[in-house]
Amino acid sequence: MTDYVNYPTGAPVTDAKAPSGPVHERWDKRRFEAKLVNPANRRKHTIIVVGTGLAGGSAGATLAEQGYHVVQFCYQDSPRRAHSIAAQGGINAAKNYRNDGDSIHRLFYDTVKGGDFRARESNVHRLAQISVEIIDQCVAQGVPFAREYGGLLDTRSFGGVQVSRTFYARGQTGQQLLLGAYQALSRQIAAGNVEMHPRTEMLDLIVVDGRARGIVARDLVTGRVDTYFADAVVLASGGYGNVFYLSTNAMNSNATAVWRAHRRGAYFANPCFTQIHPTCIPRTGDHQSKLTLMSESLRNDGRIWVPKAKGDNRPPNQIPEGERDYYLERIYPSFGNLVPRDIASRAAKNVCDEGRGVGPGGQGVYLDFADAIQRMGRKAVEAKYGNLFDMYQRITDEDPYEVPMRIYPAVHYTMGGLWVDYDLQTTIPGLFAIGEANFSDHGANRLGASALMQGLADGYFVLPATINDYLARNPRQEPVTTEHPDVQKVLAETEDRLNLLLSVDGDRTPDSFHREVGELMWEFCGMARTDAGLRKALERIPQIREEFWRRIKVPGTGEEFNQSLEKANRIVDYLELAELMCLDALHRAESCGGHFREESQTPDGEAARRDDAFGYAAAWEFTGTGEAPVLHKEDLVFEYVHPTQRSYA
Amino acid sequence: MKLTLRVWRQKNAGAEGAMSTYEVDGISSDMSFLEMLDVLNERLILAGEDPVAFDHDCREGICGACSLVINGDAHGPERTTTCQLHMRSFQDGDTIDIEPWRASAFPVIKDLVVDRSAFDRIIQAGGYVTAPTGSAPEAHATPVPKADADFAFEHAECIGCGACVAACPNGAAMLFTSAKVNHLNVLPQGAPERETRVLDMVAQMDAEGFGGCTLTGECATACPKGIPLVSITGMNKEWLRAARKVGKR
Repeated sequence: MTDYVNYPTGAPVTDAKAPSGPVHERWDKRRFEAKLVNPANRRKHTIIVVGTGLAGGSAGATLAEQGYHVVQFCYQDSPRRAHSIAAQGGINAAKNYRNDGDSIHRLFYDTVKGGDFRARESNVHRLAQISVEIIDQCVAQGVPFAREYGGLLDTRSFGGVQVSRTFYARGQTGQQLLLGAYQALSRQIAAGNVEMHPRTEMLDLIVVDGRARGIVARDLVTGRVDTYFADAVVLASGGYGNVFYLSTNAMNSNATAVWRAHRRGAYFANPCFTQIHPTCIPRTGDHQSKLTLMSESLRNDGRIWVPKAKGDNRPPNQIPEGERDYYLERIYPSFGNLVPRDIASRAAKNVCDEGRGVGPGGQGVYLDFADAIQRMGRKAVEAKYGNLFDMYQRITDEDPYEVPMRIYPAVHYTMGGLWVDYDLQTTIPGLFAIGEANFSDHGANRLGASALMQGLADGYFVLPATINDYLARNPRQEPVTTEHPDVQKVLAETEDRLNLLLSVDGDRTPDSFHREVGELMWEFCGMARTDAGLRKALERIPQIREEFWRRIKVPGTGEEFNQSLEKANRIVDYLELAELMCLDALHRAESCGGHFREESQTPDGEAARRDDAFGYAAAWEFTGTGEAPVLHKEDLVFEYVHPTQRSYA
Repeated sequence: MKLTLRVWRQKNAGAEGAMSTYEVDGISSDMSFLEMLDVLNERLILAGEDPVAFDHDCREGICGACSLVINGDAHGPERTTTCQLHMRSFQDGDTIDIEPWRASAFPVIKDLVVDRSAFDRIIQAGGYVTAPTGSAPEAHATPVPKADADFAFEHAECIGCGACVAACPNGAAMLFTSAKVNHLNVLPQGAPERETRVLDMVAQMDAEGFGGCTLTGECATACPKGIPLVSITGMNKEWLRAARKVGKR
């Protein structure tokens, strides 16, 4: 470990593509300066897209509409099942339909501030500009957003902001937006413009002459490992929250595509920026396989509280009003229950650490709708949150109309990801990363209802404009075939890895290792991190890795449908990524957004940033498994939103 | 709890399948049904046996991946997805039969995993609005009456799990297809393709080998999202209207 933490600092990394000038003109300027590909020439270009969530689905459809030949992959049995489908609450857009003072500039401001000043202004402003087009696009596709009686779109407010700019489709906004993108993609599949490979998982990236030229992927049904080639590769493979084992991610969401790209030369930025969502259903026991989110929109009408006294075990309805602590309303009177996610999560952890948590093990706080039901009536609450209440009841066997919900924070989203420039291109030419797979827009904390916005902005509007520039500048690339020595090498490495996993024949299951590393990460790299804890984790991770390759047991063969092999192969990558996350968290000796270092807090326990020392994005370069990576810093410049101590009081 | 499981095991699409019996112990009533299967699989792996393959992903009832017939019911005894079914719905000592979706249009891939790509091809046939990126008018240019928006949403909730097909004695895919037809056809944005959509999707549905609908209603009873049976009536009306209008059968 001593070697690993003694990382060298390399040359700074700069975003060479972001134009200068007034922030609101930069996207127009870039679009004008970017070279175009003649429509007749587009069909000669093949683009690989990995993933079919909001970012990948929308990108695949749009690139195909433009005339490119798209070859697309997802590990699920259908592109419609990507985990974007589980997003509940909504999607932000600066439409200002409410006339409540919203504007593109305010969405930009809220997002930079919400991200605790660790995101690029240029990117965030572009996101805010595009937000309004996304709503138009989705409505045109037939996305059934919630509407008012007059037939116009309804909005609601979300954590971290004071305007009502979140568009929603009951508690299933992600599902409806994803189905919109899936349907657009389906139209292109039918038209022959997209060659779709479901149940096919990317296992490595093919880089030839310094450019991304394809991927190695495994057909999960037949087990066949194959190569696919293209002029550019787009990763839309989502985040890496499943490193923690328990998270709100889908069971099979994984980090293999981004981690393999990182190993091939793409820098990985801010891996320690992970989001812990404040409103998830608490775990019930060791059998727990995943955690379920309750939409943040519930904080609009629900009130969060714990008993004032430690160890108060009375049922909630027997605790009188005066003995309850509505701690968010008390500490943050102006934002109350709607403070940003990182703040709400940490506050919940604090009251539970004080011994005032509720439910089994004291790992929970109440989210109470009694006042809302009294104020709006049960029917109105049902109309707004009915499906969420049903889901809660199904999982916990408790009726939230009668008994307050119990919630606790859980890993939900990863702001870190592959480093990309303004064009969303990684440090490997021809390799692009969009959606949660990149690091670009949310800084150290993502605001609610902004993931859907970013995924669709990247996929529908940003990437289709910027990838043209790359293809126009590299119009004729040498054809690559499987026989190419660089390709043979990647293919052989992939097959060796799978064969090794199958041949160890040890005495521990893949899940047992996943759980072990996940618990370690939750303890030392979760809601609160310390120098000593992170060093402990960094000492332990290589040991787990060593034990993994000695004791892993994967039944069956590689030439068949083998879910244990899929899982084990993903854990190989988690065991390396976890190490980088801890190193990043260790090196960033400040608190910001979702990254809370106990050594760096204000007297009243808020995250204390250290802008002078850490006002940069940390982009890590891979040098070998267990070898110290090289740190490249990208300095962040704030011309419009000046860094201040965030205050939601 | 202690349970006896009788599980459909089938090595691959071409192999013969059969029910195998397993005992599982130490099951908590708070576990989900899939977490109970996780317990079985961990044990099978350590015993050097092939774990039971089943589709699952989000485990929050929205992705539509999980797909088990439990004691003869698609998704089991509660009106929900298998992943949201909890063991409190069962008693200590129960014997539980676990099978894959059974329908000729959903061939078995392995054990409890089936191929549902026929659903994707039905959507590809017309389950979309042609609105290429960038071509959209301002969202408020066309108000949609709330009742229509709510109707569209109710049908758009379909998660494409296939329980309707598995529950249907004929293996029909009418409820799946009608949900998408109703979602898009009621909206002004879906109007220009209203006729071709229903005709093409129904034609694709038939071509995939799904059975005919005799309105037994099993589909709507099994649907974890509560897509109503009248959805099918709505699609039949749309189809007749379109057939008359387009002038072909």
